[in-house]
Amino acid sequence: MERPYLKIDHVSKTFQRGGAVSEVLKDVTLVINKGEYVSVIGHSGCGKSTLLNMVAGLLPVTSGAILLEDREVNSPGPDRAVVFQNHSLLPWLSVYDNVKLAVDKVFSGTRSRAERHEWNMHNLELVQMAHAKDKRPGEISGGMKQRVGLARALSMEPKVLLLDEPFGALDALTRAHLQDSVMQIHASLGNTVIMITHDVDEAVLLSDRIVMLTNGPAAHVGEVLEVGLVRPRKRLELVSNSQYIKAREGVLKFLYERHRFVEAA
Amino acid sequence: MSLPLFKNDEPLVKPAARVLSLPARLQKRNLTFGPILRKIATAVVPPLVTVIALLLIWQILCDKPGATLPAPTVVWKEAKDLIVDPFFVYGTQDVGLGWRVLVSLERVGIGFGFAAVAGILVGCLIGQSDWAMRGLDPVFQVLRTVPPLAWLPISLAAFRDSSPSAIFVIFITAIWPIIINTAVGIRNIPMDYRNVAAVLRLNAFEFFYRIMIPSAAPYIFTGLRIGIGLAWLAIVAAEMLTGGVGIGFFIWDAWNSSRLPDIVVALVYIGLVGFVLDRMVGFLGNLATRGTAAS
Repeated sequence: MERPYLKIDHVSKTFQRGGAVSEVLKDVTLVINKGEYVSVIGHSGCGKSTLLNMVAGLLPVTSGAILLEDREVNSPGPDRAVVFQNHSLLPWLSVYDNVKLAVDKVFSGTRSRAERHEWNMHNLELVQMAHAKDKRPGEISGGMKQRVGLARALSMEPKVLLLDEPFGALDALTRAHLQDSVMQIHASLGNTVIMITHDVDEAVLLSDRIVMLTNGPAAHVGEVLEVGLVRPRKRLELVSNSQYIKAREGVLKFLYERHRFVEAA
Repeated sequence: MSLPLFKNDEPLVKPAARVLSLPARLQKRNLTFGPILRKIATAVVPPLVTVIALLLIWQILCDKPGATLPAPTVVWKEAKDLIVDPFFVYGTQDVGLGWRVLVSLERVGIGFGFAAVAGILVGCLIGQSDWAMRGLDPVFQVLRTVPPLAWLPISLAAFRDSSPSAIFVIFITAIWPIIINTAVGIRNIPMDYRNVAAVLRLNAFEFFYRIMIPSAAPYIFTGLRIGIGLAWLAIVAAEMLTGGVGIGFFIWDAWNSSRLPDIVVALVYIGLVGFVLDRMVGFLGNLATRGTAAS
């Protein structure tokens, strides 16, 4: 195996509030290769989002280190673009301007105005949102907002794309639609992706590997499952695919047999 | 309450009888004007009726001999030139109320302008920094309760001139609600927007005008609206004491020469201008915050 692209090295995270100390993540180690699509799955409250926020640099690690191309991650930056669960588009800017904010910030020194405009439109077309470029976020549906959020993240040409339950707030049909879009984009651009999810089907359908976190407190990597399915993957064909069913079963067994979510634990 | 209602009934009965006969003819020719006219009528008729009713009560109360205040008819008779022509110029001190209002508005404009800029900046500072909040907020909470006029002697002593003193009083009156509302707006910026700014590595200046100002705009405009109202309240009082050409001094001058009808007219002017100022800031706020409300 080649030199690791992204390395999460014995990372722990504790939160301190007043006198109370809670250990959220303990000794999480994970190596992600370039172009790989990795899902992190676990019950709610186990620290998935905390892990993602640390990779994004939005939260500092308590101990251990996160290395991207051998450089330590200790602050947020556009090389690790995040698609947030609730889109977090700026409501006073149009769809185009929301993406423009990112494009201008990242490429103002290296590309001309015309090139930036083209790149902006290219990314909107990639997520099929070019038609709504002048609309405000308040005027488009939840799925569309998430597409724009994805376009904004992609437009930064990140080394790692971080998806924080990107489809969590969407209805099942819209979600399937967006998952297909993400698969296409991943196939054509070859992004390195870390996706937080609690949807087993989503994880199996999209990922190369599924990282399963144990229940908190002090959650750690319980198991890593390789999804050996060939790409491109077709949603309908997979329904009866034995490899798919086995992978799905593996995740489900982990989540519901070995690490059952204990209510009010 | 029952008095105006009685008055309402009487004038309404007659027009109602007339209006009823008209739509029968209008319905075919003028379909588009009907609803618009009705809309205007519903907006204009009730306040008009109220005003007429109030004028009538006033007239009745002040029309008897020995009344201490002038009745509307007296006001009309004695202060007609002030009412009809706001912009006459008979001499340096004898000018229409429109000119006086403009002079006052200029002072308010300068004082309020400074207050808006300084208030928004300081509000951003204490909204953004916990230490600034802890240090400055208690001081502000005490200072903001000081009545505007209490600042006047101090500002007169400091500036040694009436005009800058009046402007300072406006400034110090209007700035508190702007600071406090801006600070609340900044504190309420959603964490998501801050995260977006962090991922994009916006610098402090970009964060200020890309995220902070638009996100806090509804709060800021609330502060500005309260501020302009207070500023207009304070200008009259300040001008009464500092003199000059403003509307406040006009009232004081009229009182000293016992021209009560003039004072009544000036009060109406002040009320109308204050109303317009409030609506203007409200309108600007709506214009500027169209996007932020719908997220």
